[in-house]
Amino acid sequence: MMELVVFVCAAGMVLAGALGVLFTKHPVHAALSLILTLFGIAVLFVALEANFLAAVQVIVYAGAIVVLFLFVIMLLGVDKVEAMGIDPIRLQRPIAAIVGLSTAGLVTVAILASRESLTAQSGSGLSTDPADADGNIRLLARDVFSDKVLAFELTSVLLVIAVVGTVLLARKPRKGETEVTP
Amino acid sequence: MIAAVPTPTTTWYLVLSAVLFALGMVGVLIRRNPLVLFMCIELMLNAVNLTFVAFARHLGDIGGQTTVFFVMVVAAAEVVVGLGIVVAILRRRPSATTDDLAELKG
Repeated sequence: MMELVVFVCAAGMVLAGALGVLFTKHPVHAALSLILTLFGIAVLFVALEANFLAAVQVIVYAGAIVVLFLFVIMLLGVDKVEAMGIDPIRLQRPIAAIVGLSTAGLVTVAILASRESLTAQSGSGLSTDPADADGNIRLLARDVFSDKVLAFELTSVLLVIAVVGTVLLARKPRKGETEVTP
Repeated sequence: MIAAVPTPTTTWYLVLSAVLFALGMVGVLIRRNPLVLFMCIELMLNAVNLTFVAFARHLGDIGGQTTVFFVMVVAAAEVVVGLGIVVAILRRRPSATTDDLAELKG
């Protein structure tokens, strides 16, 4: 009973936030709707025994990324209303709606058709014992720092590249240098 | 108490993430503000993350959660670089939409 209530509330949050991102005219409202969706996903992560990922979701996504979005919106002063009435390519919106509906429909049909063959297997084991709430965090840590340690190290390289690239994009060129033109 | 209350199964989570992915895709197709486009890409990334975590529980394998962890890191880096590019473009042309960015067109 409890799980059903949690799922229905979180799914409502996710879908309402997603619709808000799509259909609000103001970028700030879209960013706030995105927070609603991300919190809903975090609730679903807790329901799926992924407590650490739920915490990371709230801290990284709702904390850092949405704040970054809002910061850019405020910095650029592009917080003006997008003209949703103009359709630059004829029939773009109806075709987009058809494409979206058919994607959702096809994937849903595929999921429902393969529901029977979706049997539980025994992987490395996931702690579902409520008394051992941080068991999955221990498993995740062991996985990240043993089997996937190379990917973890490459992540640091990726972050350094991202920082260097952003600094290069954002700085003003010195005299005598050709400017990086966007 | 009602006797047969359904418990959410993996299928429910998968259908929800399919719908969320389709919503993000429609957003990328219909919105023209570059910032909102990024937000719609985040929606699609989150739909995929939800699928990974649902399968991690269904199959009893922690690897799905590890993958989501790396997806989050890459998404954060992607947003930083993408917003850097958007800032660089919009500083020159404050009212640019995605349709105006067609300099590379032959």
